[in-house]
Amino acid sequence: MCLAIPAKVVDLLPDAMGRVSIEGVEKVVSLALLDGVAVGDYVLLHVGYALSRIDPDEAARTLALLREMGTLAEEVGP
Amino acid sequence: MKYASEFRDGALARQVAAAIAADCQPGRSYTFMEFCGGHTHTIARYGLADLLPEAVRLVHGPGCPVCVLPVGRIDTAVELARDHGVILCTYGDMVRVPGSGRVSLLKAKAAGADVRIVWSTLDALRLARENPGRQVVFFAIGFETTTPPTALALLQAKAEKLSNFSVFCNHVMTPPAMRAILADDAATPLQGIVAPGHVSTVIGTAPYAPFAAAGQAMVVAGFEPLDLLQAIAMLVRQVNEGDPRVENAYVRALTAEGNPKARAVIAETMTLRPSFEWRGLGTLPDSALAIAEAFADFDAERRFDVAYRAVPDPKSCACADIVRGRKQPQDCVLFGTACTPDSPIGSCMVSGEGACAAHWLYGRHRDPSSSSSSPQRSLSA
Amino acid sequence: MTRRLFPQPLDLANGRVDMSHGAGGRAMAQLVSELFAAAFANDYLAQGNDQAMMSPPPGRLVMSTDGYVISPLFFPGGDIGSLAVHGTINDVAMAGARPLWLSAGFIIEEGLPLADLARIVQFMAGACKASGVPLVTGDTKVVERGKGDGIFITTTGVGVVPEGLHISGDNIRPGDAILVSGTLGDHGIAVLSRRENLEFDTALVSDSAPLHGLVADMVAAVPEIHALRDPTRGGVAATLNELAQQSGVGLILDEAALPIRPAVRGACEMLGIDPLGVANEGKLLAFCPAGRAERLLEVMRAHPLGRDAAIIGRAVEDEHRFVQLDTAFGGRRVVEWLAGEQLPRIC
Repeated sequence: MCLAIPAKVVDLLPDAMGRVSIEGVEKVVSLALLDGVAVGDYVLLHVGYALSRIDPDEAARTLALLREMGTLAEEVGP
Repeated sequence: MKYASEFRDGALARQVAAAIAADCQPGRSYTFMEFCGGHTHTIARYGLADLLPEAVRLVHGPGCPVCVLPVGRIDTAVELARDHGVILCTYGDMVRVPGSGRVSLLKAKAAGADVRIVWSTLDALRLARENPGRQVVFFAIGFETTTPPTALALLQAKAEKLSNFSVFCNHVMTPPAMRAILADDAATPLQGIVAPGHVSTVIGTAPYAPFAAAGQAMVVAGFEPLDLLQAIAMLVRQVNEGDPRVENAYVRALTAEGNPKARAVIAETMTLRPSFEWRGLGTLPDSALAIAEAFADFDAERRFDVAYRAVPDPKSCACADIVRGRKQPQDCVLFGTACTPDSPIGSCMVSGEGACAAHWLYGRHRDPSSSSSSPQRSLSA
Repeated sequence: MTRRLFPQPLDLANGRVDMSHGAGGRAMAQLVSELFAAAFANDYLAQGNDQAMMSPPPGRLVMSTDGYVISPLFFPGGDIGSLAVHGTINDVAMAGARPLWLSAGFIIEEGLPLADLARIVQFMAGACKASGVPLVTGDTKVVERGKGDGIFITTTGVGVVPEGLHISGDNIRPGDAILVSGTLGDHGIAVLSRRENLEFDTALVSDSAPLHGLVADMVAAVPEIHALRDPTRGGVAATLNELAQQSGVGLILDEAALPIRPAVRGACEMLGIDPLGVANEGKLLAFCPAGRAERLLEVMRAHPLGRDAAIIGRAVEDEHRFVQLDTAFGGRRVVEWLAGEQLPRIC
């Protein structure tokens, strides 16, 4: 229901604002809903506000899990 | 796009779908609701229903803020824009939705109303600063994901004493809608729900616990095709194990506790409405938010003389049944005839993530009436 | 010594267009003479009449007209003036024609800074010169403040097609290859990036460019081209749907083959819009028999405006005339006309 996309924080600005980059497209957005955002973090962006931080380790873990699931299916597959 | 493209791998998706098929027990069926319109969109766009085994059936849910907003609320927005001389700003999703007499905000604009599309409440605040001589009303819609940005705008407007800014608040909540769906005897019986990932970044996973306790498998999912397949795999396992619980398949983006800061700004600026009319679900208690007393000066419903009038849905329109998971878009007599994205009658056709619009765009070429010449999809590739 | 016609030169630094500039009197004469005639100077305008007189070359004449309304008037990589030249040249060229002459009508809103008008006229004249297509006649009108959006420009173009060439939107055949001359969506996203309440920062610029040179090379090498069209408003989605209807065929695109810049993808993800629905102003779609596609691609890539050309799909028999996309994910979906202007979405 809510379009939110991963965006990379490239600059921190006053008033809890920040500059983010999406494939090189940059936009100034609000970071007011998160604490301790750092340059280089990926955040989930919705209507101009960062809602959560994306955890790179968890992303990698999920992908690994999916691959494992896929490989198992191949092995036992029809 | 990092953290999105990796989760759109079609080859891996087919393998995961095969794993789901292998997990399905013979003779057993698995019916899940994807609550969120964003999930409906992903399922349709990527053709996930075709990848999944027949035993798994997905039912569309009501999680599209445009689709659940009743006509009366759109009429109020049109009235504010047309009769009160305000600059009415809102998200692009809302402007084409027809109200009574098929008058949308876009039509009101053509007739002279000042309607502006904004991408963010940050832009709505800027409009108010740049037009000190005009009243600027932000027509706020959305579930819990979209609510904190409205709450922050209220806080900012108060801090700046932006007296020409107000909010027409239509924020609604996910758990009460889920409760209504599960209590509906006429709805398709479900074994589990794919819970909305972006709503959960705010509310966390705890609000789903009562549904799991009542027997529903609950898995929070992200919005890429692999995210959804992973969630469905987890739901199938929960059903097989006979152990319904709340699980998170969107770990990279949310924790179980959600975003307390976002919830705090909502709590500070808004208050529960005792009742709110939903399109399709009827009037639900404690299911939507109004602006809190402390921010009454910024409440468009108090600043302007507008009264809510309930309006029945258009005749023959099946949106009410579709958002409840009772009907599929192609079951509606208006689908593709009187009601198309160019000339929508029901809200499910207006919103890009409405079940009807999604089916029009992504599934129509596979309906029986048009299957004669449509090329067959090759799923084994 | 001759009497000076206009005692004061136009105040290009601080002046604004006022109603007298459209009233037919001295002020209008001065505007036309000092701004327009000076910038577009050519033998046809020098005839000094209310019409231009031309001798048509052998072949069939083609004619096209288009109105240009765009906000903002100046955008990254272009402006309304050069756009009005390129757009109409391209419409003429899509018949396989060589554009010969242009006309222009200007509806100017009272209050437009003369400096802006001068820039627009100069960009426009520059575009005519670079394209080798002269503006042979024109008209200016001024409307009251609030009745226009700065300036509206309508241009008409006339061109000539050699006998024997048949390039038309109803001519696509099942089996034809679909080619595109370069990256999609650059213009629309560059313009959106400067639109009020949406602004974002990007190095993207509009692709606004005249395509008749590219077309001339394509037609010379592959005269069997069946159809050409520039996917402007409504983007590739609208253009392909138009053509599928017109030719009575289905069209199938290969998502993985579509040339789209990462920044266009990023902006589209951010706004929730589809790059296939975004406007282009310097791209064309070409349809030719599959056996000639590689040769056509080679010729396109050899031209500076076709460097990123690609074969992106094929025409098929389909009584429903669907435009469909084979997705990179491995499915197939309908590519629909837009229901209206693409609006940024939140859900």
